[in-house]
Amino acid sequence: MENADDEKMENLPDNNILLGLYSSMLLIRRTEERIAELYPEQEMRCPVHLCIGQEAVPAGVCQNLTSEDSAFSNHRAHGHYLAKGGSLKAMIAELYGKETGCAKGRGGSMHLIDLAANFVASTPLVGGTIPVAVGAALAARMQKKNAISVAFFGDSAVEGGAFHEATNFAALHRLPVLFACENNLYASQTHIRERQPEREITQLAKAQGIAVFKADGNDAIAVYTAAKKAVEHARSGAGPAFLEFATYRWLEHVGPNDDSKLGYRTAQEIAEWKEKDPIKKLRETLLGKRVSTEKELEAIDETVKKEVNEAFRFAKESPFPAKETLADNLYAD
Amino acid sequence: MLMEMEKMETTAEAAKDERKRKITYAEAVLEATDQCMQMDSSVFVIGEGVPDPKHIFGTTTGLREKHGKNRVLDMPVSENGLTGVCIGAALKGLRPIMVHQRLDFILLAMDQIVNNAAKWHYMFGGRLSVPMVIRAIIGQGWGQGAQHSQNLQAILAHAPGLKVVMPSNAYDAKGLLIASVKDNNPVIFIEHRWLHNITGYVPEKPYTVPIGKAKVLREGKDVTIVTSSYMTVQAMKAANALAGKVSPEIIDLRTIKPLDFETIRQSVEKTGKLLVIDSGYYSGGLAGDIIARVSENKSLFGRLKAAPKRVTLPDIPTPTSHALSKHYYPSHIDIIKEVCELANVPEGQAKAIAESERQKLPAKPDVPDPSFTGPF
Ligand SMILES: Cc1ncc(C[n+]2csc(CCOP(=O)(O)OP(=O)(O)O)c2C)c(N)n1
Repeated sequence: MENADDEKMENLPDNNILLGLYSSMLLIRRTEERIAELYPEQEMRCPVHLCIGQEAVPAGVCQNLTSEDSAFSNHRAHGHYLAKGGSLKAMIAELYGKETGCAKGRGGSMHLIDLAANFVASTPLVGGTIPVAVGAALAARMQKKNAISVAFFGDSAVEGGAFHEATNFAALHRLPVLFACENNLYASQTHIRERQPEREITQLAKAQGIAVFKADGNDAIAVYTAAKKAVEHARSGAGPAFLEFATYRWLEHVGPNDDSKLGYRTAQEIAEWKEKDPIKKLRETLLGKRVSTEKELEAIDETVKKEVNEAFRFAKESPFPAKETLADNLYAD
Repeated sequence: MLMEMEKMETTAEAAKDERKRKITYAEAVLEATDQCMQMDSSVFVIGEGVPDPKHIFGTTTGLREKHGKNRVLDMPVSENGLTGVCIGAALKGLRPIMVHQRLDFILLAMDQIVNNAAKWHYMFGGRLSVPMVIRAIIGQGWGQGAQHSQNLQAILAHAPGLKVVMPSNAYDAKGLLIASVKDNNPVIFIEHRWLHNITGYVPEKPYTVPIGKAKVLREGKDVTIVTSSYMTVQAMKAANALAGKVSPEIIDLRTIKPLDFETIRQSVEKTGKLLVIDSGYYSGGLAGDIIARVSENKSLFGRLKAAPKRVTLPDIPTPTSHALSKHYYPSHIDIIKEVCELANVPEGQAKAIAESERQKLPAKPDVPDPSFTGPF
């Protein structure tokens, strides 16, 4: 027993990584909890797709990235944006439609950007940013940079042509790109078995000749470890990597509410996945392995909450874009 | 089957005899779909979320229970490929109704729609036809932004071979949907999200509203207003606010391709003044096209008493922030202004009407009515 435990200890990432994963997930969770809480005030007047329950994926993948690496995402982007180091204040201001928002209020929750963190773009048309991430990898290759790029997308994106065209090209040119698929079983209210045949999503990538990695998407350490290998693979010049993470969205597809009443998924299924809370899981590991104490974790939570409060205060106090700016930025100079 | 449907067409007279049953636009779309499926076993419905518990804003509720899994299909997020699949099914005798929650999603399917569906009948010497309906929802508001509420009807109307209908009320929605399903060509059926909750008289029996026929919604003598879809609601609101001052004639296009120019011509001949309202963009849009047709018409050109005008969206992507979108979308107040100018209403009076209407606007005009609390 002791031996096995020791081995596990050895396999655990460094403490700073573990705490990084924890803080990152907690920041996403607390931010989205606050969004859900305040959304009924009807001041965030844009659709929000919350990723509560799925925080391990953005945290685990982004923990392996440098600020030179680019990230792209979809409609459910808050987690990816924050884990990549996007400014929380600018994101919340964006949700409030303010001039200080990361897209100056023009985009809203579905169009996040933070170039300082190299979170390049998120857009809600399914699959839309996958080829774009491949293009960023092509640029890195041509510019002889060591950077990689990552496309985050959901299980439904592999149903679209853009995914297949992009993976084909990425494999053809062995581009340094990661395809990070969050398989949360549903596209809106439609289960994956109504949309895809019974085969592993990873088989699609394998068929393109792409290296695949799979991990429990609710286990931050497993995500981190799988992504680490995938990032090393892509960075080494061996070509693209495809990652599939099994995870689960707790709240409704779009909006701040629980949606168990809709009946497209059972209360039991939701409860089972909530048991697999990625934050709780990592917390237990951190305490069990004595990486940190309750008190230290409490302190992290306090810091995060402060940051969240501050961001909402900033957003609420920020000015709206002025009428005269409506046509600004239509064309680049 | 088609013959059967033919018989069910109701004349305007017969319609008047029916008791005045009111249902919503969304319910009218649902009823039309349901009745088409009942009358014609070749009709099937496919789209992302069609059988899910939200049922495309209530427009597909109960269809699967009634008509079975084989005829009511959910869809992978594969818009282009699945459009091709529907085309293939249509070539072989089925009548697909394909549903997209937002028109923006069919941009992914433009290859199949424009290169295949629209062209095959002509391109193969009339030997093939593609009888399919593609329902697409356009909209505005609640921060849907640049990629989730585009009014791109003009792009679709631009492609030869497509028919494009844009009903503005529940009655027309039902009649035009049934007509679209019966039509042997690809028909794009465009619904504005803000119309779904609006109620109106809809007969229970199946009936058709002819594709390609506009309707004079309100007779008038001063100014011809040509409009469609949700902008019809705004035009009527403007006309009500102007009652007693200006008498506009309002033409609801109902179909934007093929265009019923004759109805427009007759009206402009009478009024000599034209305002075109479109929920689409300014450049390359429907409004500009209609004004061009009127201007190039030799007999109308000489009769124009004022330069024609249009109310459209600006050539700017939709901003998400409501602080900007309220300056982006035209409202009935913009229509009032233009009508007053065309009708030579004294400036002071025009301003007073516009101002009194402005007082009635909700503080945040990014929802159609207070029941919308977003997201939608
Ligand atoms: C091209 C396109 N088609 C349809 C939609 C509507 N839509 C929005 S989110 C969504 C499902 C997304 O599911 P998935 O990709 O698995 O991501 P998840 O929401 O589960 O995170 C769909 C179909 C869209 N946004 N874009």
